[in-house]
Amino acid sequence: MTLDMLKLNEEGLIKKVSGLELLKRRLLDLGFIPGEITKCVLISPFREPKAYLINNNVIALRSKDAKNVEVELCIE
Amino acid sequence: MYRVALIGSPNVGKSTIYNNLTKNHEHTGNWAGKTVSYTKGLCNYKNEVFEFVDLPGTYSLISKSKEEMIATDYIFDGDFDVAVVVCDATSLEKGLNLVLQTEEICHKVVMVVNLMDEAIKKELEIDLDLLEKRLGIKVVPTMARDKVGLDKILDAIREVQVKDYLDINYGILNKEIELACLDLKETNKNNKWLSLRLLENNEHYNNKINQNGYLTGASHLMEAKNNLQNVDVSLEIVGRINKLGKNILKNVVKKTKQNKTERKIDRILTSKIWGIPIMLLMLLVVFYITIVGANYPSDLLFKFFASLESKLINILEFIHLPSVIIHLLVDGVYKTLYWVVSVMLPPMMIFFPIFSFLEDLGVLPRIAFNMDKAFSKCEACGKQSLTMCMGIGCNAVGVTGARIIDSKRERLIAILTNVFMPCNGKFPTIIAIISIFMTSLNARFSSIVSALILTGFIALGILITFIVSFILAKTILKGEASSFTLELPPYRMPKIWDTLIYSIKNRAIFVLGRAVKVAMPAGVVIWLIANIKINNGSLASYLINFLEPIGLLLGVDGVVILAILMGFPANEIVIPAMLMLYLNSATLINLENNQFLYNILVSNGWTIKTALCFLMLMMFHFPCSTTLLTIKKETNSKYYTFLSFVIPSIVGVLLAITLNLIL
Repeated sequence: MTLDMLKLNEEGLIKKVSGLELLKRRLLDLGFIPGEITKCVLISPFREPKAYLINNNVIALRSKDAKNVEVELCIE
Repeated sequence: MYRVALIGSPNVGKSTIYNNLTKNHEHTGNWAGKTVSYTKGLCNYKNEVFEFVDLPGTYSLISKSKEEMIATDYIFDGDFDVAVVVCDATSLEKGLNLVLQTEEICHKVVMVVNLMDEAIKKELEIDLDLLEKRLGIKVVPTMARDKVGLDKILDAIREVQVKDYLDINYGILNKEIELACLDLKETNKNNKWLSLRLLENNEHYNNKINQNGYLTGASHLMEAKNNLQNVDVSLEIVGRINKLGKNILKNVVKKTKQNKTERKIDRILTSKIWGIPIMLLMLLVVFYITIVGANYPSDLLFKFFASLESKLINILEFIHLPSVIIHLLVDGVYKTLYWVVSVMLPPMMIFFPIFSFLEDLGVLPRIAFNMDKAFSKCEACGKQSLTMCMGIGCNAVGVTGARIIDSKRERLIAILTNVFMPCNGKFPTIIAIISIFMTSLNARFSSIVSALILTGFIALGILITFIVSFILAKTILKGEASSFTLELPPYRMPKIWDTLIYSIKNRAIFVLGRAVKVAMPAGVVIWLIANIKINNGSLASYLINFLEPIGLLLGVDGVVILAILMGFPANEIVIPAMLMLYLNSATLINLENNQFLYNILVSNGWTIKTALCFLMLMMFHFPCSTTLLTIKKETNSKYYTFLSFVIPSIVGVLLAITLNLIL
């Protein structure tokens, strides 16, 4: 599944980051690196964008961008 | 002298450190992009001079975005002595990656761990000694907002030791790096770093390496690239640096608990039901405080300046200036000048500090978060909602504020549509017309009704902004909607005093300065229009007659059109100019009360239809001269400045004609 599919409070283990070079770089810089765990912490009133907790930072992404991050749902 | 490069991610307090050290009040940003190009400042300490360069906020030194390239280039070119990397104590992983990347291309590095106060608040324990030992460079803890630890940074810079370039283990890339290095000649740079840029096909550095003539061949490089065909090189690089960082931080940071209250506040501010209403309420309160709070000081300033008028005339008469010149200077220049100052200054002194306070608190990024969906539909950026809010304070500031938008295309959309948000200068006029034509003067609920109608007009402005943004994105400013990444920083209680000083100095005074520059020549023009006599009529009457047909087409008259044109230096003088023209006076006339205005307008044939058409033209016309100058400066393009003049004028004219025809 991809990052944008995470529901509120769900955690995902990042498997792969793809997409156009500039966007991919930005995602990596923000900490969306394979092996890291991220969590969906906020959803905007219009369902988009969503915000994710990564490395103690909260980063908002649009779905179309978050689609580039492949994650595996963490089951508690 | 020590030449120091300051780098760090956005929101880590880098600019606060810079400001406190150099006393140069550059603003601290809540999101990326505040420091668009770098600024330099000096500081003296222990009889030595330190020259600081504040680089744009950057997440990494291997990024490909334009702004971040500025920082990377600066560090790479190495025209400084020491690199100081500022990190956020509450998020050391991110900062440490930047430290490691800096160490790869720089011999003298100091790590600053800022926001220690927040780490303590979040109950994070950081073993800085262990971190220092593992890194082998100086690590300085600071709380920049409270000016704690800043001298330690300067001490660390004085004592910094030269260290070899950091050699990172890049795993499967190691062999290919060695291989690619064979194609590079001896340089004083880190050849391994250079070959990594070649391996990941970094266009910017490929060019740079070529220009500098570092390459001696290409065969080894080709071979290395071939071997890496199935490897995502940049991903590998980032992953390795991240892993190294993780290892270094092992046992350095001890987390005790998660910050729950912040999430709770965020859940409310961005909740499906309450998010938007709370935001709107917040804005309403800010505008209400601004409008009501500005009345009294405006009045006071006005009376003060007006009382000086006769004294000024006395002085000018004393030096025997001809009376025509005296009238031109006093009734034209001086009057227009103080008019603009007294109506513009107080609302800005109130609005901008409150706005900057919300900005520093961290509320604004949440607004952009809530509103992004609507903007993404127009292929614009959610941060445009913030420039729109600033636009209500002053369009010139809204235009400058568009710097927070990363993509040039989306920034231009925000700039070209900013004037659709009615600014402070239009509010009093709009409110006056609403209250005399749309609510009966003495009705009990008139103020509530006029507030509601005003809200309706702002909503219309928002609607037009969306429509025009959409059209621009589909036509002149066509292009891919760029990615939207927005950091939602933790809420931080701003330093009230710093916020106040900043917002007054960099926003209110900045705008006023530009307005004053235009007000003076405009004062001359206004005076000339009212006072030049041709045959038996004044220049004004000729102009009014000339503009009359245009006015009639738009549902108003020639006077209104001329008044709006005369309001070019500041929207605040549209009504005074209108009264001047209707009453055939030689100077601008102050609005005593609404009844007075009503009588004059009605006796000149105004109906509710005239009022509506006038409001459309008032809401939507060319930006004021201050804003236009700012647009020229920000876009550096005559074409876009021209568009910003024409587009809102067309919208206003179309709306007025339509209303004129259907009503």
